[in-house]
Amino acid sequence: MPDHERGDGLTRRELLVSGAATVALACAGAPARREGAPPQKPGEPMDIVLVVNDERRALRIDPRSTLLDVLRENLGLTGTKKGCDMGQCGACTVLLDGMRIDSCLALAAQYDGRSITTIEGLAKGDALHPVQEAFLQEDAFQCGYCTPGQILSCIGFLREGGGASDAEIREGMSGNLCRCGAYPNIVAAVRGVRGRI
Amino acid sequence: MRQIAYDRASSVDDALRAGAQPAAAFLAGGTSLVDLMKLEVLNPARVVDVTRLDLSRIDPSTEGIRLGATATNAAVAAHPEVKRRFPVLSEALLSGASPQLRNMATVAGNLMQRTRCAYYRDLATRCNKREPASGCDALQGWTRMHAILGGSEHCIAAHPSDMCVALAALGATIHVRGPRGERDIPFADFHLLPGDHPEREFALDPGELVTSVFVPATPAAARSRYVKVRDRLSYAFALASCAACLAIEGGRIADARIALGGVGTKPWRSPEAERALAGQSPSPEAFHRAADLALRDARTRRDNAFKVELAKRTIVRALALVAEGA
Repeated sequence: MPDHERGDGLTRRELLVSGAATVALACAGAPARREGAPPQKPGEPMDIVLVVNDERRALRIDPRSTLLDVLRENLGLTGTKKGCDMGQCGACTVLLDGMRIDSCLALAAQYDGRSITTIEGLAKGDALHPVQEAFLQEDAFQCGYCTPGQILSCIGFLREGGGASDAEIREGMSGNLCRCGAYPNIVAAVRGVRGRI
Repeated sequence: MRQIAYDRASSVDDALRAGAQPAAAFLAGGTSLVDLMKLEVLNPARVVDVTRLDLSRIDPSTEGIRLGATATNAAVAAHPEVKRRFPVLSEALLSGASPQLRNMATVAGNLMQRTRCAYYRDLATRCNKREPASGCDALQGWTRMHAILGGSEHCIAAHPSDMCVALAALGATIHVRGPRGERDIPFADFHLLPGDHPEREFALDPGELVTSVFVPATPAAARSRYVKVRDRLSYAFALASCAACLAIEGGRIADARIALGGVGTKPWRSPEAERALAGQSPSPEAFHRAADLALRDARTRRDNAFKVELAKRTIVRALALVAEGA
């Protein structure tokens, strides 16, 4: 159904997001697994807490869920993209305690209690993050599918103290593929925002 | 992915207890294991997360450096003592995977990573490593990425690691703990040749856990480089790579270490090439001779004959870079 045809004023995306939030709230009170408790059985759901974009989110998950799927499916944060789903494209890049990782190869269970930043957590109200501004300014995307991953990866790269030359930027951003081939402008955006965050 | 139980180990003993359960697998960064679980190539019923254990320290000493099993590839590569005393290790790590993956992947996970052979990863094909005695579709298949050294009639899958090539050259030792206590495994013995049993990949007993890797400091280790050749400039597995370490005294090579990646079924150290260099003065002729010896036993397939010459040139280039830096 097209978004504008819904009669209740909700877009399809908002409906999906609010549905996921209800599920998250419903399991917030579930007890954590205790130390020394009997071993979990395969497939038995488990309770974790993730701090996502500075917000504490209690979740009941299937233990095989990846961080990527939990962000998208359980929390409705669909800004983090699923590209290859095998650690080869970087579309799923998020920050874990400020450090960039591929969320598609991360089992969410492993990150219980940790802090995750996604593309949704970068802007402060209407003020975009400087890296978002830089990508707009340099027209550093075409279809935009890889862009959230590129932006998070750029923030990680700059926090790692990545080098200033174009060669160092290309190497430092090599974990993020862009099928449209916007690389020259992506390099320009990274170069332009260097030293400003 | 099939259903799993998740166990978070609270101590090494706790990890060993959990790891002794049926179909359990230790889980660190997940970049290899989770990938293969999604493909249903590896199907543990239980993963035992060891990342919360105190196993991530990097401890330099006068004798060498001890790398904790769960130290990330990024942390090891960036460590100032690794860069200064074992440059080949830092270079090898930085040439592997992507920055995101290096922030997740660990020392022990890298040791245990499985081949990237396309047939191993594809359930629709036959693979002796994945399904013992089922056959090998690589032998008559597309072999550009396959090994030319150390293969058997049952498996020619290349070992994918860069870090392991550096550790092979450096003569590292792997420390493990298991149900029957602790032991050290020399690096050369850790990865097994495919032979008649490609499914047996590591010299680990059931339930044994890698806890650290020790890298001895030597003059050759401090004068070392890693050269990697691949199909694109970055973020690709090696077609051929070489870790080269040289100690040069009085204009002569006192100690040479050479290991190859991308061409072997395991991280491929070449004692023949090392012996040929000992006592020689570092020269292009000596380097070419060593390279010829290193590839003497190469056995190529339809798509990978080019790797013989490519590997030789990679060796010569790595040795020349080390010698230039002297």
